[in-house]
Amino acid sequence: MGDSETSGMDPIVAVQGLTKRYGAQTALDQLDLCLDRNERLAVLGPNGAGKTTLIAVLATLVRPSAGTLRVMGYDSAAAPNEVRRHIGVVAHQTYLYEELSARENLQFFGRLHGVQDLEARVETLLKLVDIYPRRHEPIANLSRGMQQRVALARALVHDPDVLLLDEPDTGLDQAHLALLASLVQGRAIPARTVILTTHNLERALELCGRVAVLAQGRLVYQAASAALDRAALHDAYHRLAGAAP
Amino acid sequence: MALSKNAGGARRWVDDVLGVATLIGMVVALWLIFIYTPVELVQGAVQKVFYIHLASIWNAYLSFFIVFVASILYLRRPSAAKDRLARAWAEIGVVFTTITLISGAIWGKPIWGTYWSWDPRLTTTLLLWIIYVVYLMLRGFVGDPERGRRYAAIVGIIGFIDVPIVHMSVRWWRTLHPDPIVARAEGPDLPMSMWYTVLYCIVVFTVLALFLVRQRLHIDELRETLLDLRMTAR
Amino acid sequence: MKLTLQQVLAIVQKDLTVEMRARDLLVLMLTFAVLSLVIFYLALDLWGPVVQRVGPGLLWLTITFAAMLGMGRTFVREYERGTLAGLLLAPIDRGALFIGKLVANLLFLFTMEAVTLPMFALLFGLPVLRPSVLLITALGTLGLAILGTIFSAMAAHSRAREALLPLLLLPTTVPIIIGAVQATSNAISGAADGPPWLGLLIAFDVIFLTLAYLLFEYAIEG
Repeated sequence: MGDSETSGMDPIVAVQGLTKRYGAQTALDQLDLCLDRNERLAVLGPNGAGKTTLIAVLATLVRPSAGTLRVMGYDSAAAPNEVRRHIGVVAHQTYLYEELSARENLQFFGRLHGVQDLEARVETLLKLVDIYPRRHEPIANLSRGMQQRVALARALVHDPDVLLLDEPDTGLDQAHLALLASLVQGRAIPARTVILTTHNLERALELCGRVAVLAQGRLVYQAASAALDRAALHDAYHRLAGAAP
Repeated sequence: MALSKNAGGARRWVDDVLGVATLIGMVVALWLIFIYTPVELVQGAVQKVFYIHLASIWNAYLSFFIVFVASILYLRRPSAAKDRLARAWAEIGVVFTTITLISGAIWGKPIWGTYWSWDPRLTTTLLLWIIYVVYLMLRGFVGDPERGRRYAAIVGIIGFIDVPIVHMSVRWWRTLHPDPIVARAEGPDLPMSMWYTVLYCIVVFTVLALFLVRQRLHIDELRETLLDLRMTAR
Repeated sequence: MKLTLQQVLAIVQKDLTVEMRARDLLVLMLTFAVLSLVIFYLALDLWGPVVQRVGPGLLWLTITFAAMLGMGRTFVREYERGTLAGLLLAPIDRGALFIGKLVANLLFLFTMEAVTLPMFALLFGLPVLRPSVLLITALGTLGLAILGTIFSAMAAHSRAREALLPLLLLPTTVPIIIGAVQATSNAISGAADGPPWLGLLIAFDVIFLTLAYLLFEYAIEG
């Protein structure tokens, strides 16, 4: 495979003209996006702005009506399974089987991904997300916050280069928000490229080096967190989305 | 705008030719069926329905074959145009399958003594009708229009491949049962004039199907234009 | 290739474990199957030579409807709980995903039949536990499961949910129903000649296994 040299030059995630229409509705409109290795982007936007659709399209779960998505140089239309190998996804749904335990869930998804040395990997992850003592209990018995942590571990099981997180802070308490931050920022685990959606501006600034605003399917504002003009962001958000962040 | 008007003009021209050809062709078909061909001795005048019956089932199979091909092409490279084409032909196919079933029943009453018999061809035709009615219903059942088109294409492929197997199974099944039929429909030696009429009717009905499909596609386009206008008006 | 097999096995094992703990699917199918047999017997007032003649048909109606009920649930369950997306996120060939789901469905249906067939033999007094009938049942069930798996994936994504499955499955599986009923009839009565029903079942299975394998990705993806 000659992907090692191409991935050094290409952006990790490259999106061009991405459009998704549902009948007459346009959920994503001509979206362009580019992320380098270990870059972290927070996508802000009100409900209905297209955040979830964006994550679903990036995750190859929804086919775009137009435009292209490339991950690590692989085209999502031509080599979807290569793209899937390199992405880990946390969404509103946990993707976990209620009847299975946290450990069994991780093992199942690990096997689907062909993870080597799966036992050790699962043990490490269970400890990492602080669920280890309850690893044998069915997911149905765990609280929403615990399920969310297992979902995080699930997304990491195959050590993906790219993390796609759709409002990953859902249900997490203060202590585990810190855990989320350490995972996203690459302190607890090796750093990786991250796209996350949130409607919490402070969290976006804390977690990510870049912030973008999505409104009516378009990226209407983009800036580095450090150089962020809060007034401008607020203004853009307010004007275009009709709601305060 | 000018371009689409131009294309519209060309289409109008083709539609006019098809429409006039269908009209003249149908009048000639009536003349051939009722005046040119002799009255069949055993069955009498009711045998005349046979020409329309055969031409209809031909149209039905032609339509479903086109649905099959358009469905494969759609899955390979989705486009709204291919889906519209498949759906238009499926509608025409269902219409002609209905005509086949009704004309068969009209013929069956005096000849077989019953409107319906579980003859293999009748049974297959009924199942064909059901499969493609479900095909047409499917899009309405699925929320996302793109997904609905994709699912319709899957049924358009599976349904078509299934038809010969269904026919085979029904035929084998029927050989096990005593046939209620008093007189069989087709004597082996029809006069040549009857064969010419059959072939002619098939050609005219194909032209009719083409004409109807083009009208159907035209309605689709008008509907879409209307939707666009509504969207821009808002 | 080795990974694909591992993925298929993982899916089958996962479905079996989930079902072993939830048990709703098998209980549903079995209760329904036994109930149908009883209702058929009562409604049709079956006794004497009539049983011989309509028995195989009733057996296959029971199997078909119970199978539809069960297979309809498998995808709706994944879809409703949002686990289907988790499966689709895995780098698994959609054909392999189909095979995994098909094998799991088949195992559920065989389990249902392992109870239904003896029940049928007991209630209707027909010798359906012969190897020939078991072979016919296996081939017929495979045919139902193939189209049932792809159609139930489609039905799960539709507004009508389980209601759509019979509309898609019943007209297309007519050859399976006719073939299995006639072959079972022959096997019970010992009639040797007649059309090659087993051949029909095998042909149906091979053709639609290939077709469904190829088309499944269009049925399952978003």
